[in-house]
Amino acid sequence: MTSVPVEYYLALAGLMFAVGTVGVLVRRNAIVIFMFIELMLNAVNLLFVTFARMHGNLDGQVLVFFVLVVAAAEVTVGLAIIVSIFRRRASADVDDVNLLKW
Amino acid sequence: MAGGVVQFVFAVTFVMALGCSIAMLFAPNAVHVALFLVGAQIALAVAFLLEGAQFDAIMQIIVYAGAIMVLFLFVIMLLGVDRREALVEPLRFQRSLAAGLGLLLAAALVYVGYRSVNLVVGGAGSGAIEAINRSPGNTQGIARVLFGTYELPFEATSVLLVVAIVGVMVLARRISGAQAREAARAEQEAAGREEEAA
Repeated sequence: MTSVPVEYYLALAGLMFAVGTVGVLVRRNAIVIFMFIELMLNAVNLLFVTFARMHGNLDGQVLVFFVLVVAAAEVTVGLAIIVSIFRRRASADVDDVNLLKW
Repeated sequence: MAGGVVQFVFAVTFVMALGCSIAMLFAPNAVHVALFLVGAQIALAVAFLLEGAQFDAIMQIIVYAGAIMVLFLFVIMLLGVDRREALVEPLRFQRSLAAGLGLLLAAALVYVGYRSVNLVVGGAGSGAIEAINRSPGNTQGIARVLFGTYELPFEATSVLLVVAIVGVMVLARRISGAQAREAARAEQEAAGREEEAA
């Protein structure tokens, strides 16, 4: 099976990671920022799979599995934090959370 | 599979993944952002398939595009869907600066990726994954590595998940009336002490 050179996969992962970073910097809604963090994690997953193919063993593919688990745990905790912030301030805008106290 | 087909599928995947990511930047509605993220994740699952990571591709769709995105949509619905982001920039030049630095980051990452292709020394090479996928199969191969080399980290993830469950239950619980009054009284007392000190 002839396949696409790994450079293209690495370029796709790098571009998606950069888009995720810009999204975190630009957007104001906490949930949307969180989704861009997920995009960055996905880009890193693509890197892991690509490097697994380059090295010819499955360690990279196993690491994707671990990233998946950590992302699931992180999303549940992060969304719970956003919900509890929303209950206090009736807003999910990061600019409204400007005091380091209740 | 013929080479041309693989290249065509990869081109579609590339455009879909990158297009959905960039569309996320410009979608004003949080639900639209979530749907574009699902599109990008499904495109990435196809890319995983092209690289011989069948197990990861299916997990990507089930866990990411399925479970995690449902959680996101659920919270978006809970907090109100019709909220739109304010278009004013709280910090001047923040968006243009972010775009410029993002382009720089993209260029740097692509360059590093391009250079790192030559850095892989040794290893079985790219044909080895396809050999593993033929025998004993992708899922069996991953199981051998996961329950062999990575058994301790795998056990540690179960602790991580329990910690996350307990943390979410503590963070998201609704305070009952008596507890809320208690907390308000404690807050007032603390404020009083602060005034006395001042």
